[in-house]
Amino acid sequence: MFAAKLLGWMLLGVVRLLTGAQARWWGCPPKAEQRIYFANHQSHLDLVMIWAALPEELRSITRPIAARDYWANTPMKRWITTEVFNAIYVERGGTPAPAEDGAPPPDPMTPLQPLVDALTSGDSIIIFPEGTRGHTGEPQKFKSGLFTLAQMFPDVVLVPAWIDNVQRVMPKGEVVPVPILCSVTFGAPIVLASGEERRAFLDRARDAVIALRHV
Amino acid sequence: MNAFLRNLSSTHQVAALFLIVFGVLALVSIATLGVGLRERRNAAHGEAWLREFADFRALLRTTWFMAVVFWIGWALGPGVATLLFAFIAFFALREFITLSPTRRGDHRSLILAFFVVLPVQFLLVGTARFDLFTVFIPVYVFLAIPVVSALANDPSQFLERNAKLQWGIMVCVYGLSHVPALLLLSFPDYEGKSAFLVFFLVFVVQTCMVVQHLIARRFAYLPADEADVVRRGLLGRWLAREPFAPHVSRSFNWVSWGLGMAIASVVGAAMSFITPFKFGQALAMALIACVAGSMGHLVMKALKRDRGIPSWGQKGVGVTGANGLLDRVDALCFAAPVFFHSVRWYFGV
Repeated sequence: MFAAKLLGWMLLGVVRLLTGAQARWWGCPPKAEQRIYFANHQSHLDLVMIWAALPEELRSITRPIAARDYWANTPMKRWITTEVFNAIYVERGGTPAPAEDGAPPPDPMTPLQPLVDALTSGDSIIIFPEGTRGHTGEPQKFKSGLFTLAQMFPDVVLVPAWIDNVQRVMPKGEVVPVPILCSVTFGAPIVLASGEERRAFLDRARDAVIALRHV
Repeated sequence: MNAFLRNLSSTHQVAALFLIVFGVLALVSIATLGVGLRERRNAAHGEAWLREFADFRALLRTTWFMAVVFWIGWALGPGVATLLFAFIAFFALREFITLSPTRRGDHRSLILAFFVVLPVQFLLVGTARFDLFTVFIPVYVFLAIPVVSALANDPSQFLERNAKLQWGIMVCVYGLSHVPALLLLSFPDYEGKSAFLVFFLVFVVQTCMVVQHLIARRFAYLPADEADVVRRGLLGRWLAREPFAPHVSRSFNWVSWGLGMAIASVVGAAMSFITPFKFGQALAMALIACVAGSMGHLVMKALKRDRGIPSWGQKGVGVTGANGLLDRVDALCFAAPVFFHSVRWYFGV
């Protein structure tokens, strides 16, 4: 426990030294209410960035999701992810996207179950609805997990976030990060309108994230 | 008084200098606090005054910060001072790189710049290897950076990307590394007092920038307006010049520049007693540093305009504490190498 705390402080120091880890609360104040933060995904470091950008009090009640195949492939990474970040493991790819003809996806609940558990126990979570990291700069289409969670937990506030510049700190395939200032911009919360279609809502959520890019 | 100061040991002289600086700063801060409190009780001034007051307080905070940093650097010796400037260079380069777009192929070059070039350069300064530290970046790094970039197999905008990185290294690392290098110059009969030389350089360059800034702010150029011309009087009309290069800087004109140079040089000459220079030499050295510093500041303004930003701080929000650092040190980045080499060449030390 002590080691985890110490490592957390050290990591925070390194992240601030390299990136500044600046949080810009543009659309909502940092507040200890139950939230789902959803952000663009360009690098494995997104998780670390958003964790470092949150204020101390929120960090302890907010759990990021981590791709199991990357963050759990060595004992060290697994220890950091569970003890320091208090992350929730998910299988890469998230929920499979529903087929265009409207046929129901195989079983949407299995990969989401850990997130549902975290939300039920009162924690806030950080998710990356693109599922995988993009490399074009433009976020990919959102997967439907966000929609499902928004339906299941109507009282949880949905906060969009734009993580800027992280892909430059550590591009895909590199191991040593370089110092470049990054920021996380938190936007105004969105709500799922009653009877809103899945695709319409997901596109709206994606637009809310992209809109934060230039504020 | 003067004789008393002269008889002190060099350590005590430097300590006395810091005591004076901190004393003046404390007096100014107390006065500012008093004015601020009175203003809060009964607001007597307009919005413009309040904005100027806030600007002044920001300037005061920066000055405090710089003074404390210099004091720590001096108190803990040249090694710590060098380390301090290494960190300033690191943060300045971080800002520079953030705002010049890089591609994936630049990653290895960036690693080289931040984690090899920067530490090696300051290590060379710290160990007083003057022959090597003046050529390390212009000769060796100049070749190493494009080689690493070429190996990354990405030719698009190759020259532009490399030029930006080279520039960043030159300004932020090479330029700033010359400030702690001053601490290691050994003048005859001047042992243990090199901190004065650093103070002299920083103070003179800052004076020149502040004077220029104040004149530009106070007498901003406005297109001919009869009532305004009458109200301002002769001096105001003479000082309110058209900006010389308005696309680069809306405040730069030769008159305010010349005044900044003149005032800062005289201030420098008046400080000659703390330097190894005579009166005339101090005047010339201050002038050289100010010309280099203010011109460098203008060049950095052109760079910022090119990127379409008013300052190096990220999007105007300062939370991390490192924001807009480059705005404050850019004049020093250009002044330090010129000053250092002029001093070395002229005095043969």
